[in-house]
Amino acid sequence: MKIIQLSVFAENKPGQLIAPCRVLAQAGVNIRALSLADTQRFGILRLIVDNAATAREALEMAGFLVKSTEVVAIEVPDRPGGMAEVLQALEDATVNIEYMYAFPFGQGQNAVVVFRFDHPDVAIACLQQAGINLVAKQRL
Amino acid sequence: MTPRTTANFHPASALDYLPQPELELLQLSRLQQMIERVYERVPLMRTRMQERQLAPQDIRSLADVALLPFTVKTDLRDTYPFGLFASAMDDVVRLHASSGTTGKPIVVSYTKQDVEVWSSVMARSLAACGVHGKDIVQVAYGYGLFTGGLGAHYGAEQLGAAVVPASVGNTDRQIMLMSDFGVTAICCTPTYFIHMIERAGQMGVDIRKLPLRAGVFGAEPWTEGMRQHIENEAGIKAYDIYGLSEIIGPGVAIECSCQCGLHIFEDHFLAELIDPETGKTLPDGEEGELVLTTLSKQAMPLVRYRTRDITALIPGQCNCGRSIRRMRRIGRRSDDMLIIRGINVFPSQVETVLLAIEGTLPHYQIILTREHGLDRMEVQVEVTPALFDDTVGSLEALEQKLANALEHVLQVRVQITLVAPNTIQRSEGKAKRVIDRRQS
Repeated sequence: MKIIQLSVFAENKPGQLIAPCRVLAQAGVNIRALSLADTQRFGILRLIVDNAATAREALEMAGFLVKSTEVVAIEVPDRPGGMAEVLQALEDATVNIEYMYAFPFGQGQNAVVVFRFDHPDVAIACLQQAGINLVAKQRL
Repeated sequence: MTPRTTANFHPASALDYLPQPELELLQLSRLQQMIERVYERVPLMRTRMQERQLAPQDIRSLADVALLPFTVKTDLRDTYPFGLFASAMDDVVRLHASSGTTGKPIVVSYTKQDVEVWSSVMARSLAACGVHGKDIVQVAYGYGLFTGGLGAHYGAEQLGAAVVPASVGNTDRQIMLMSDFGVTAICCTPTYFIHMIERAGQMGVDIRKLPLRAGVFGAEPWTEGMRQHIENEAGIKAYDIYGLSEIIGPGVAIECSCQCGLHIFEDHFLAELIDPETGKTLPDGEEGELVLTTLSKQAMPLVRYRTRDITALIPGQCNCGRSIRRMRRIGRRSDDMLIIRGINVFPSQVETVLLAIEGTLPHYQIILTREHGLDRMEVQVEVTPALFDDTVGSLEALEQKLANALEHVLQVRVQITLVAPNTIQRSEGKAKRVIDRRQS
């Protein structure tokens, strides 16, 4: 249920986003989701791609600093209260959300929210118990 | 011309005008006494002299000083804390310390007489800048282990001036005191004063309209461009003062009203210029490294101390009439030491800290800039796979940890910037460690 996400270190200056995207294009890797965490001085580009191993190799060959992280993708119903239901399921569990980001998924009614938890296995168990849909790697 | 009749003459300055033969006799007798003292009391000096088959009585003329071994900064570190003391702790009345390359400071000590000598050379320094007993002197050098604050303080008090011991920082209050007290002279680093000028402007205070008339600036090299800026913007005369803790603190040499070189207080400090490569003594007028021997220090006399400061001794007499020789203003050093806000910083200190925290040495670069007249130190560190984590919080924590550790060792505020791998320029495989963008 856990998905491999690649994080790329980026300095806060022009041209820092396009460079890794170009590398992935040349490697024939498709970006499924992406998010940029930024501060005044640096940023972290987070990517979910169709082929993490190929992507990582290509990025590292090109000199980028890459880190693989396990994240959990959750399908959130596209209606009022959808997100609250998901968070409700996590409320009693002793897991912290390190960060999260959302992206539209396919043509369907639902959005997908990617979470990084401090304890992903505990989070997955809680979510499954509450009947929340987790997105499998294959579906991305 | 008899200098004692000139308008600028101050009684404290009498020794500045000692005729050359008298000065040399005084220097020689003090040198001989000092060499006897260190030979007897400082094991490192005795060993080094014995290695050269030198006894104190072999020093028969001032030129014989060239027979003696050099002392270098690492000698002070290697004998930390008290190894070079020539007085018992009972006779020591003061200890100061400056930053060292490994986190351990360099310690210097003073007997009661040493403090008196220091006060007298500082009084002569201030007098040479036209400061006198009726002045109100604001001392905005740091007070504490650093010699700047207390050195200027004692000198101004000895002149009979009213001292405002403001120390460094809290600029708004400094400007308020300067204005409300009618301060007439200030002692601080030139960059700090430039910062005060800017801040005063923002506060609506025009320093040119205040009674302030003289600034005695030192603890870091500064340019003629900075002097012109200060003199124009503040409407004062800006004088360069030279000193170093190892020798005594501020008050080793000072500019006079002619502002054409710094007079060395040669009755207490014997100056030589050497070729930094060969160690050979150079004649007056040639550029080289300044080497100083303390002639009257009791607690910690230093023999032929290599200052690493590059200058030249100026031949001929100054228009002010002082007989003591002058040296050119210090522009650069023969080693890689940086002076940041008056604090000595070696790039190797940065390396030691990074290594201690990271286990391996990441590529780094020190970038020095000047903002609003104040030095700013940035250290760019290339992120390594081991350091990289994909949360903003952990990278910010890393920045903070590095900044704290560097500030602790350097005593200078440091901005850490994490940069991507291979982005710091390398020449012949080695990164250029320091980029100094501080302009006059």
